[in-house]
Amino acid sequence: MRSATDTTYGARDHARAQAAPVDRPAAPPGVAAGDLVWAETVPGGNYTHKVLARGSSLRLADPSGDACAHLLLHVADRPWERLNVADTTKVQWNAYVGAGSLLLSDQGRVLATVTEDGSGRHDALCGTSTLARNTARYGDGTPQSASPAGRELLLLAAAKNGLDRRDLAPSLSLFQGVRVATDGSLEYTGSAGPGTAVTLRAEQPLTVLIANVPHPLDPRPDYHCGPLEVTAWRGRPTGPGDPLWEATPEGHRAYLNTAEFCAARGL
Amino acid sequence: MTTASSTTGARSTTVPARAAWSAALNAGQSLTVTDLAGNQAVDFLVYDRHDTSVRYSAADTLQAQGSIFLSTGSVLLSNEHTPLMTVTADQVGRHDTIGGACSRESNTLRYGHHTWTQHACVDNFLAEGARWGLGKRDLVGNVNWYMNVPVEPDGTLGIVDGLSAPGLSLTLRAETDVLVLVSNCPQVNNPCNGFDPTPVLTTIHDGVN
Repeated sequence: MRSATDTTYGARDHARAQAAPVDRPAAPPGVAAGDLVWAETVPGGNYTHKVLARGSSLRLADPSGDACAHLLLHVADRPWERLNVADTTKVQWNAYVGAGSLLLSDQGRVLATVTEDGSGRHDALCGTSTLARNTARYGDGTPQSASPAGRELLLLAAAKNGLDRRDLAPSLSLFQGVRVATDGSLEYTGSAGPGTAVTLRAEQPLTVLIANVPHPLDPRPDYHCGPLEVTAWRGRPTGPGDPLWEATPEGHRAYLNTAEFCAARGL
Repeated sequence: MTTASSTTGARSTTVPARAAWSAALNAGQSLTVTDLAGNQAVDFLVYDRHDTSVRYSAADTLQAQGSIFLSTGSVLLSNEHTPLMTVTADQVGRHDTIGGACSRESNTLRYGHHTWTQHACVDNFLAEGARWGLGKRDLVGNVNWYMNVPVEPDGTLGIVDGLSAPGLSLTLRAETDVLVLVSNCPQVNNPCNGFDPTPVLTTIHDGVN
């Protein structure tokens, strides 16, 4: 008996018959559908990436309380300028990223501003998971496995933007928290619960790389990671008159450096 | 200045204040860094010499040891979670790896735009790294030997007065063939060098701790 796919015509019909709708997150409240530029749900153990224009807002939402967004930011057309978590924490005199934090590059400029934070559980210290660590913890860490490592997924996202392993500096984790005890020990505080979201504003044109995988300090023996909802929409960068523009002297100078740089580039 | 000791096989170099230094070490060799005058931050990066895309990862090191401070027993892990070097001796007690390196650019944020012309560790790393074919993409968050960066319960962190003293040292053993980059920190706007950068001594030992 002949199968439905034993000819090119049959295979084409078979392939076309598979089309199905995709579940996408809706535009956040107050965002016009026409301004939406990105709406995607990233399953646990998966990754996504996008180039966003300066001024765009990027909202990451954790409906289940079990997402963990491992985030890397590079300036879109000059990726040697990228997120520097050490400068981000040191310059702002705080180890914890939250509402009002600036995500700084290594060039004294702002990549993104955290404009809203409903979670408060984030980590700029521990980075993401690796093939070696996931293989030891879960038995596998390859992208095709049931327990992909964050670094392996970020490598794929990077490669699709012309970047490679040398471009992957330590990442920022959102939705799963770590705190430092007074003796310097690290305490995993985990999730703030389901239904939280974080909104970032792009202060330069950004290549955004995101892996949604368990936090490396998640103590559960099994690999658990919930979906991550990603939306982004058009907007304007932080400027004079915004309460964040002069909230701190360090941040103000970072915005000034960024504005000067973008003006010179014609952005 | 490099001096060789024929009796121990050790090679010592005095790294001048504000200068860069680098060396290739084979697996099993050790590096001692001596804080000659006390409270001198020594910014430090380490790479797998045969594949420099495998390099120090502060994040992997912290997540594996569960603490922000480096001292005896700390294993400096790579971005692939593999051991690069181990701290085998430490006379100070704790060192930093969350504060990163000073740069001309970050100085403008921390201390004001008038500091933009001052020499900084990132420039040392770039200059010294270029001698080995490394560039801007190869610089990542580093170790700061002898630098003291506590974190308060509310998350406030800062570079505060150091815990080191003249002549104190630490020793690292190479776990694989490595390249190390050192910036003898030139920062004069915070207490990491006691506001007075001074020379340090590096000594490479063959096969001993």
